[in-house]
Amino acid sequence: MSDTERRRGKVGYLLLLPAVLWLGLFFVVPFYSLLATSLFDQSGSDFRGYEMDYAFGNYVDVLRDYWQPLVRSLLYGAIATAICLVLGYVLAYAIAFKAGRWKNLMLVLVIAPFFTSFLIRTLSWKLILSDDGFIVNVLQAVHLLGDDGRLLATPVAVVAGLTYNFLPFMVLPLFASIDKIDHRLIEASGDLYAHPVVGFFKVTWPLSLPGVVSGTLLTFIPAVGDYINAQLLGSTNQRVIGSVIESQFTDANNYPVAAALSMVLMALIVVMVLVYVRRAGTEELL
Amino acid sequence: MSLLAEAPDQVADDTPYDGLRLRSVTKAFASFTAVDGLDLDVPRGSFFALLGPSGCGKTTTLRMVAGLETPTSGSITLAGQDITYAKPYRRPVNTVFQSYALFPHLDIFENVAFGLRRRRSADVKTQVHEMLELVELTSQARKKPAQLSGGQQQRVALARALINKPEVLLLDEPLGALDLKLRRSMQIEIKRIQTEVGLTFVHVTHDQEEAMTMADTVAVMNKGLIEQMGAPAELYENPRSTFVANFLGQSNLIEGAVLSRSADVTTVDMQGISVSVPTGRTHTDDAAGWVGIRPEKVLIGEEGEALDAPGNTIPGGVVSDVSFVGVSTQYLVRMPWGQELQVFEQNTGRRRRFAPGERVELSWRPEYAFLLDRSQDAGAGAVAGVLA
Amino acid sequence: MNGAAGRWLREHLVLMLGLLVLVYTFVPIAVVVLMSFNAPRGRNAVYQFNGFTLDNWLNPCADADLCSALGVSIRVGLLATVVATALGTLAAFALVRHDFAGRSASNVLIFLPMAAPEIVMGSSLLALFVSAGFAGQLGFWTILIAHVMFCLSFVVVTVRSRLAGMDDTLEQAAMDLYATPLQTFLRVTLPLVFPGILGAALLSFSLSFDDFIVTNLNSGSTVTFPMFVYGAAQRGVPMQVNVIGTLMFVVSIVIVVASELNNRRRSRALT
Repeated sequence: MSDTERRRGKVGYLLLLPAVLWLGLFFVVPFYSLLATSLFDQSGSDFRGYEMDYAFGNYVDVLRDYWQPLVRSLLYGAIATAICLVLGYVLAYAIAFKAGRWKNLMLVLVIAPFFTSFLIRTLSWKLILSDDGFIVNVLQAVHLLGDDGRLLATPVAVVAGLTYNFLPFMVLPLFASIDKIDHRLIEASGDLYAHPVVGFFKVTWPLSLPGVVSGTLLTFIPAVGDYINAQLLGSTNQRVIGSVIESQFTDANNYPVAAALSMVLMALIVVMVLVYVRRAGTEELL
Repeated sequence: MSLLAEAPDQVADDTPYDGLRLRSVTKAFASFTAVDGLDLDVPRGSFFALLGPSGCGKTTTLRMVAGLETPTSGSITLAGQDITYAKPYRRPVNTVFQSYALFPHLDIFENVAFGLRRRRSADVKTQVHEMLELVELTSQARKKPAQLSGGQQQRVALARALINKPEVLLLDEPLGALDLKLRRSMQIEIKRIQTEVGLTFVHVTHDQEEAMTMADTVAVMNKGLIEQMGAPAELYENPRSTFVANFLGQSNLIEGAVLSRSADVTTVDMQGISVSVPTGRTHTDDAAGWVGIRPEKVLIGEEGEALDAPGNTIPGGVVSDVSFVGVSTQYLVRMPWGQELQVFEQNTGRRRRFAPGERVELSWRPEYAFLLDRSQDAGAGAVAGVLA
Repeated sequence: MNGAAGRWLREHLVLMLGLLVLVYTFVPIAVVVLMSFNAPRGRNAVYQFNGFTLDNWLNPCADADLCSALGVSIRVGLLATVVATALGTLAAFALVRHDFAGRSASNVLIFLPMAAPEIVMGSSLLALFVSAGFAGQLGFWTILIAHVMFCLSFVVVTVRSRLAGMDDTLEQAAMDLYATPLQTFLRVTLPLVFPGILGAALLSFSLSFDDFIVTNLNSGSTVTFPMFVYGAAQRGVPMQVNVIGTLMFVVSIVIVVASELNNRRRSRALT
């Protein structure tokens, strides 16, 4: 029967107003500032001020000078997301279907490590992957790594750090999706002669797609923009785009270039997300 | 079961009526009209049931009485007071919600005390304990709702509403979530409590058996209107529309043409056989009608067998289906005009069971038959009754 | 595979793999706890275990900069939590309980900050501050503004889901039992939504406390705890950082376990 309809009237606006004003002022308006800044004359400075001269050339400069960090960031982000998906799926599946009465405990354990500061965790990886650390020693012993080979200051370390740091963003949406699947559906597929593996790909996986899509997005987007892992675990001559933007803003004070880079990064992410979501066939999620 | 049906008072509108009165109440939502010009009188102290299939407007009616919906037009008065637009917390009406709506963060005692505390009633403790005693939950007072079983939660919901001694207590499908056995015992329990406290109960349900078991007066609702109102036995034995005939139990409806009308009986040509229907059970003035007869009123016998049913004998039936259901045997009998009639026969053990394919004769006492308006759909209410 | 062992393995393979992933997530935490007892050899950049000591735990503020950064983070975190939780809760009520033109547009606006990369949010906010002439005033207040901004959406989403999951017949029942709208809100709605609000507040605090990228761009010369750690990573990390890390871990575990035990106790009483 009819539920109570949502109340109409001005009260709704009043309740919403502060939050919307805050977001409008400090999230939406800044985007216009960013767009405007990206078109300023590069010769300006903090002291002399900047001039708006619709310098679309900034974008050309940015792409020419920084295409490598851009590509590197997207690549790191994509690889880390893929690994997160594999690890996260196993973990989420185990919690949802195999953990039984330990379900809640395992969920808590998934989140628990991430209450420790992001930076401290990443520093910890620096120690774990360090040149005379346990992992490097083992890898050298089994000759997967040369005697003078190292992990720190390599892309491997950066991707490992990204994977680690963004894993919960993958696990939680995956869990939410997998946990909702009616176990009888999987039994039914078995009853209808599907081998468990076939059953997984024909039933479980498609039904968990919403979680897969939101999990990959929640992992990929911050991973691409992140530069802490690259800065602490990577090599200084393999910079990622986040770090370039940051240093253009804070060290070089070249605001137009930094802003243009941000815009390009945002645009690339939006395009990739749209293509991905369309291919995954889950537009309705957005 | 009480058969003391109180006929709706025929008092004129201007003298105060001490019960609950709805006058041409309409509730229109954006897309449909849930209640359409409803008139209803609920006598004070009665146990009144609003019975109908889902979507018939019964819950909307209840919510308007509770103040949770506002009527589009019409008026609602309670003991002479207009409460049409009164806020829910300002009317002496309490509701037992379908989902119970017990406050999960309050214990049983506080749930029951909620209404008293809002009205700053004195002596909350004694009253709550008395009420918990009435519903036999004294030992559960300090538990949270989630710790109780469905039946116990149901009783808390009842106690929480009753304790306020409302002019009218509304029950919105209060037993829907319980299993069959528990439902039966709760029906008797609620009925007992109502007799004990003597308050007016208005009970909304789609379960005809529940309505008939509990209520003194049942109003059958369909498409926003009351189809028929009366004591359960009266409704069942003498339905006035095909909807009521089918929704309350089952009926055989056979097309017929009125031959003659006298003071006592109406004679109908039913598929070539002349049958009679008492005038008091004739609910159409037209030349044609549906002759109705309940399956358990139909007697089944071998051809030529003398049955205890002077008057209407319908020969030429062939048994097409037999279901043995324990207390009775249910036959489907195909009649010469092609219709299949239902016949329920008590398993007294005195009579033999017929087999499919056997030729039989049907008959019934004329005083059990009823005649309905031919323009009504013979299937009305049948599916709703089965699904409900 | 056959036999009981094979069947057992097959049954539990996924669970084993899952536990393995779980163990992996705890490895760095183990290192953090271990390093909190590390005796540093001077203030060198080499980050390795030299020997056991309790010094770091006894003198967590040996590095004054660390503790002042921690203080800044806590103050920003608390303020941002209060503001974001208040504004976000109001907005959640508006979105769930009220209908108005622009409701779905507002939902999108709430969603976007959660989907935008931090570096973009941070740099656009900086672009705004710079073009509004606040480049010289970056500090505590600009950090606070930024933190409230990115916490808001998470608060709205958390409270909204709690509200949406709430049975609104409970409020009708309260009204039916003579509670005025204000009483209904205070005695029924608020207590029931409170766990959601509390959860949102905890989430806000941890988001604010942990943020580096947005903060770093908009902080001027103010240093928060993550910024201190980042800076120290280049020069040499005082081991007390690990004490803080361990404490954060322990405190959050205690909060989570306590609430879980509370739930268990309630549901055990069910029988």
